[in-house]
Amino acid sequence: MSSIGTGYDLSASQFSPDGRVFQVEYAQKAVENSGTVIGLRGKDGVVFAVEKLVTSKLYEPGANKRLFNIDNHVGMAVSGLSSDARQIAETARTEAASYRAQYGIGIPLKYLNDRVSMYMHAYTLYSAVRPYGCSVIIGAYEADGPVMYMIDPSGVSYGYYGCAIGKAKQSAKTEIEKLKLADMSCKDLIREAARIIYLLHDELKDKQFELEMSWVGNHTNGRHERVPFEIKAEAETKARQAMDEDSDSDTEDM
Amino acid sequence: MIAQNTLKAQVSQNMAFLGEANRYSPFLAAQNDSFHSASYDLSANTLVPDIYGSQRSQAPLTTATSVVGLQFKDGVVIAADVLGSYGSLARFRNCQRIMKVNDNIILGAGGDYADFQYLKNIIEQKILEEECLDDGFSLKPKSLHCWLTRVMYNRRSKFDPFWNNFIIAGLEYGQPFMGTVDKLGTAYIDPVIATGYGAYMATPLLRKALESKPDLNKEEAIDILTKAMQVLFYRDARSFPKYQIGIISKEGIEIRGPLTLESNWELAHMIG
Amino acid sequence: MALLGGYSAGSFPDYEVQGAKKVHFSPYADNGGSVMAIAGEDYAIIAADSRLSTGFSIFTREQQKLFPLSNTTVLGCSGCWCDTLTLTRILQARMQMYKHEHHKELTTPATAQMLSTMLYYKRFFPYYISNILAGLDENGKGCVYSYDPIGHCERSNFRAGGSAGALLQPLLDNQIGYQNQEGVDKTPLPQDRALAILKDVFISAAERDIYTGDGIFINIITKDGIKADKFDLRKD
Repeated sequence: MSSIGTGYDLSASQFSPDGRVFQVEYAQKAVENSGTVIGLRGKDGVVFAVEKLVTSKLYEPGANKRLFNIDNHVGMAVSGLSSDARQIAETARTEAASYRAQYGIGIPLKYLNDRVSMYMHAYTLYSAVRPYGCSVIIGAYEADGPVMYMIDPSGVSYGYYGCAIGKAKQSAKTEIEKLKLADMSCKDLIREAARIIYLLHDELKDKQFELEMSWVGNHTNGRHERVPFEIKAEAETKARQAMDEDSDSDTEDM
Repeated sequence: MIAQNTLKAQVSQNMAFLGEANRYSPFLAAQNDSFHSASYDLSANTLVPDIYGSQRSQAPLTTATSVVGLQFKDGVVIAADVLGSYGSLARFRNCQRIMKVNDNIILGAGGDYADFQYLKNIIEQKILEEECLDDGFSLKPKSLHCWLTRVMYNRRSKFDPFWNNFIIAGLEYGQPFMGTVDKLGTAYIDPVIATGYGAYMATPLLRKALESKPDLNKEEAIDILTKAMQVLFYRDARSFPKYQIGIISKEGIEIRGPLTLESNWELAHMIG
Repeated sequence: MALLGGYSAGSFPDYEVQGAKKVHFSPYADNGGSVMAIAGEDYAIIAADSRLSTGFSIFTREQQKLFPLSNTTVLGCSGCWCDTLTLTRILQARMQMYKHEHHKELTTPATAQMLSTMLYYKRFFPYYISNILAGLDENGKGCVYSYDPIGHCERSNFRAGGSAGALLQPLLDNQIGYQNQEGVDKTPLPQDRALAILKDVFISAAERDIYTGDGIFINIITKDGIKADKFDLRKD
C-alpha cells in the first residue's frame, strides 16, 4: 500500500499530499473485511439481509446481531467492526429518542441520516480519535413510501434503492442492479435478498454463516421487525434450491 | 424636556399607587408571598425558592380525580374519568389517563395531568428502548411499580414532587398484580385500590364486593367498578360522567371508552 | 380602602384566584403501624401489625413491615412508609455488599451499628421511621435494638415502637421487666410466654390505637433460623 511509511496515515486529521485521508480509507477496509450486508427498497417497504459470518461453532445461534431496531419505525443493518456499529446504533437511538421527545413523532429518516452521518463524520476530523470502522444502512417506511440511506466511515451518506456493503459488495451490487426494485413488494424482496446472500457467500473462505433478515413496510404497519421464522426459512430454502440449480447448469455446460 | 419629566413623575406616582394596590391584589398574592418571605416555610407557599433562588412548582394545575382498580380471578380492571379540572373549573373534557404500557402492564394516573404526560413520555421511551434491544424480555408490572416508586420518592426528596397517584396493573408470571404509588413514593399492593376521593367512597364498596365473592370474573369486576365510578360521579364534585376502563387478563389488554355513566337526577325536582 | 376595613382584598373568598389552588407539600406521611420485639436467652421475637394507613384511610390490611436482613437479623419499621421502603432497600443492598466482600453475613450488633450510621447520615432530612431491630448476638443470645429517627440506638431486651409504642411499652415494662412488682422471681422469659405477651399486648393496642390493627406478622429468630407466623387483630 502506497500510504504505508509515508507518515500521512497516522492521523485522521491530516491529508496526504494527493488529498486523501488514509485513516478513513483504512476504516473502509475494515468494513470490506466484514460479511456482506444488503438493503433493498421496494415499492412497499425496505428489506435488510445480512450474511453474518460465524467464526466459531461455539457461538450460540443468533448471537452478535447485525440488525438493530433504532426506533419503532427505523431499522439499521451494519457491517464492519460490530462493537463500533453497536455504538453507532446507540447514538442513532439517542437521536431518535430526542427527536421523539421534542416533537412527539418518530424521527423522519432524512433527519436521522443527517444526524448520524454528521456524528460519524466528526470522527474523521481529529487526531485524537479514529473513524468508526463500520458502515450502516438505515431504513424506514414513511408516509410517502419507503426510504433507505447508507452511511460509510467517512460520514458520507446517500439515499438508495439498493445498496450493499462488506466483502462481496461489488458482486452484490451487480445482482441488485438486475432487479426492478421500484416495482417489487417486500415478499419478493425477501426471496431476492436471501438468494443474493446465498449466492455471494464464499463457502471455501468462510465456512459458516447465519442469514439475518428484517423488514419495515406497509405490511408491518411501518414497524421495523425481524422477518418471521417461517417466511425466512422458506426464502432460505428457495435460495438453496436456486444455488443447486445454478451449479447443476454449470456442470452441464462443462 | 419639562413635559417629559412631568410625565415621568406622573408615571412613577401612578406606579407607586399601583405598587400599593398590587400588594393586595389577589392576582399577585401568591408571588408576593414567596418574595416577601424568602423563608423555607414549606407549608405556606405555592412557589418555593430553593438555594439557587429558582422557583419550582409546588402545586398541581390541571388535575384529574380518582383512579380505581379491582383485581379479579385472572386479571385486573382499572377505571378513571376523563376530566381535566382547573381548580373548580371543569376545563378539559377528554383527558384520557389510562395507558397501555406494554403487553402486560396498564397504568392509570390521577393528580397533575402535565406531570402524568411527562412521565408517560418517559415510560413510553423506556418501553421503546426495551423493544429496540430485541432480547425477548419485557418489563413486568412489579418492576415498573418499583421504578415509579423510586422516581416519585427521588422527586419528593428534592421538594419537587410529581403531583400524581398511580395505579399499576398487570400480569406477573400470569398472576394478577395491582400496586399504587403516590407523590411521596408511598407504595403498596392490594387487590382493591382507589386514589383520591375514591379512597373514601369506592374502597368500601369494592372491598365489600371482593370479600363476599373472592374470585370474581371479569364481567362481575367490571360491573362493580362501573358502580363505583357512578357513586363517585354522584358525590365527587371534580368528577365527570365520561370515563375509561382498562382491563388486563390472559386475553390481553383492552382499554374501553370513553364510556358514559348513567345517572338519575330526578330527585333534584323534589327539592326546593 | 377604608370600606374594606381590616380586610385585604385577597381574603374575600369570592375574589379568590380561580384555577390553581394553593396546596401544602410535606415530604412526610404518617402511615401508622406498631412494632414490638422481645429478646430471650436464645431467641428473639419481633412483630409488626399489618395495617398501612394514613389519617382515616386504610391503604391495605396486609402490609408486611418486617424485613429479614440476614439469617439472624430482622428489622421492623413503622412511620413514614416511603422512607421505610427506601431505607430497607438500601439496607438490603448494604447487607449483600457486606456478604460479598467478607464472605460472611453481618452480625446483628454490627447491623445495628450500621443502621444507626445510616440514619444519622440523614440527620438533616431524616427517615421518619421508628425502627426496631431484633436478632441474635455473637453469643447466640437474643438482642433488641431500638432507634429514634436520627440514629440514636439502644440495646435492650424488649421494646415497642410506632403509633402504639407509648401504649405498649409500659405494659412490657411491667410484664417482662417486672417493674413495680413485688415478690416475683425474675426467671428468664420462656419463648412461649414471650409470644403470648406479645399477642396480648398487640390485641390491647388495637383496641385503642386506630393506626394499629388488622393483623400482626411475627418472626421468631433462633439459631435454627427465622420462623414466620401470623395473627389476626380486629379490623375496624
